[in-house]
Amino acid sequence: MEVQDNNSILQVAQRGLSNAGVIAPVTEVPSGEVPVNSLSPYDIVKLARHPLRPLTSDYVTLMLDDFIELHGDRLFGDDRSTITGFARIENRRFMLIGQQKGKNTKERLLCNFGMSNPEGYRKALQKMKLAERLGLPVVTLIDTPGANPDIGAEERGQAYAIAENILQMLRLTTPIVSIVIGEGGSGGALGIGVCDKFSIMEYAYCSVISPEGCAAILWKDAENAPEAASALKLTAKDLLEQGLVEEIIPEPKGGAHLNPPKSASTLKTFILKYLEELSTIPKDHLLSLRNSRYMKIGCYKEENFNGE
Amino acid sequence: MVIPRKKRVIPDGLWIKCEACNGLIYRKAMVERSYVCPVCDYHFRIPARERIRITLDEGSFQELWPNMEPTDPLNFKDRISYSERVRMEQERTGLKDAVLVGTGAIHSRKIVFGVTDSNFIMGSMGSVVGEKISRAATTAQEMKVPVVIISGSGGGARMHEGMFSLMQMAKTSAAISRLKEAGGVFISVLTDPTMGGVMASYASLGDIILAEPGALIGFAGPRVIEQTIKKTLPEGFQTSEFLLEHGFLDMIVSRQDMRRELARLIDFMVGPPSGLPINIETTPTITTLGEEISEKNKNGIMED
Repeated sequence: MEVQDNNSILQVAQRGLSNAGVIAPVTEVPSGEVPVNSLSPYDIVKLARHPLRPLTSDYVTLMLDDFIELHGDRLFGDDRSTITGFARIENRRFMLIGQQKGKNTKERLLCNFGMSNPEGYRKALQKMKLAERLGLPVVTLIDTPGANPDIGAEERGQAYAIAENILQMLRLTTPIVSIVIGEGGSGGALGIGVCDKFSIMEYAYCSVISPEGCAAILWKDAENAPEAASALKLTAKDLLEQGLVEEIIPEPKGGAHLNPPKSASTLKTFILKYLEELSTIPKDHLLSLRNSRYMKIGCYKEENFNGE
Repeated sequence: MVIPRKKRVIPDGLWIKCEACNGLIYRKAMVERSYVCPVCDYHFRIPARERIRITLDEGSFQELWPNMEPTDPLNFKDRISYSERVRMEQERTGLKDAVLVGTGAIHSRKIVFGVTDSNFIMGSMGSVVGEKISRAATTAQEMKVPVVIISGSGGGARMHEGMFSLMQMAKTSAAISRLKEAGGVFISVLTDPTMGGVMASYASLGDIILAEPGALIGFAGPRVIEQTIKKTLPEGFQTSEFLLEHGFLDMIVSRQDMRRELARLIDFMVGPPSGLPINIETTPTITTLGEEISEKNKNGIMED
């Protein structure tokens, strides 16, 4: 879909939002760029969840020159909420790990709406280990509301599976690129999100808890989700300000769902750039850079520090 | 044992009512038993300082980084501001944040020790908890002693610090990973409650993982699961016993046995301290098949 002037762009964006159940602010735009600022953080959350937003499977078909899907965690099952396989763009080979929500009701049920079970994280790890043995880099696409909260997931060790992935990704000797393409839901996102290059798409978000969950706990009412979304500082812009992401990957005007091919082509450019940059870093240095990057994150004050 | 799913705080007064069995317990008897109900073996939640008192050798704890305090990187405000909440919690608990870390000894075995306090913003992990746990691991590595961390963190990653909290999961895991690669030893002890981002990071990365009986342990909170599956959860779901049965714990250890069991484990893992006579009971212990662990403890306690 090609859009010419900014007012119609905004209208299209708003149509998108209303599809996603958002009542978007109606603002007249005189000229220039789409006013991202007119979207509240919760509007962006809704955009990230937009039913037409491109998913991992779309990026596989639109962005990759070749892909062989590989299944199974070799322990319990094949979690369809996580797509894994050999991927190639031009002459760059890598292991793709992507969370998948499903395109229609049937698929969404099979993919559990992108909420992985422990076997999803173990499947991802098993494929990352294979990539490591073959000397291939890993690219992960994050798009999950969070890890699956249900009885089976707890019985099979959801917390343990995520923790193990975090630990093993810190040790993986090949480069890892992680990009939040939609929802970056808490531990469920971090379970495939420990990396050397962490970026986020313009209308994606990443949060320690869903705005609804946060509102239910702190405001005692999930209806306060818009306030929680603002308080949590979860948009791409916020994350960039917090120094937690490399950069923001721009989306077509109005959102990725309005022009998936363009979105895929931008994403491709960034992935190729990251893989190129990381390919030159020696293994030992790569690991120490990755570890020290995480060791530095945190905000605290410490007076009269006496040393260790 | 039915575990009440509500906030459990040790009440004041000469007599304490056990919230699990409703029995009346004489406070002094309760203190002597490290806040474990003599009737039903219910393990009360205890503050971090009390945990240090009952776990480490008397006077051995030297706190590290006592002045570290949280900041408010997001300028977070719900019904009250995060800064205000922190100040209130600090006044109420006497802690700077939900964690205490230091060096200490258990039956003369030197360790680095950390404990999270479920009473301070649900023991949740923000930057201070993440930093102190990470430094604990690094210090243990430098001192070449085991690190023992007792978690009581129902809140997981702390919401009020947003993504900085989430990233503490990676940070603490990185510190534990380095410790392990350097040959260090990490014993993780899970107490009621340990959930979410804490459980999905350092707490489940112990070389040995222990839990107190009847503790609530898991990833997603029981209420969240109930809302998702729209069903009531089965009794005993996400308890220590449930985790042991599903293969996620090495042992369940009663609070009164914790010191001895930690010392025994340390002796097996890094060797007993040289020049020290064996000062702990060392009988081989094996689970009797079919025996309920909580029942065993209950019987052991019931005799007087």
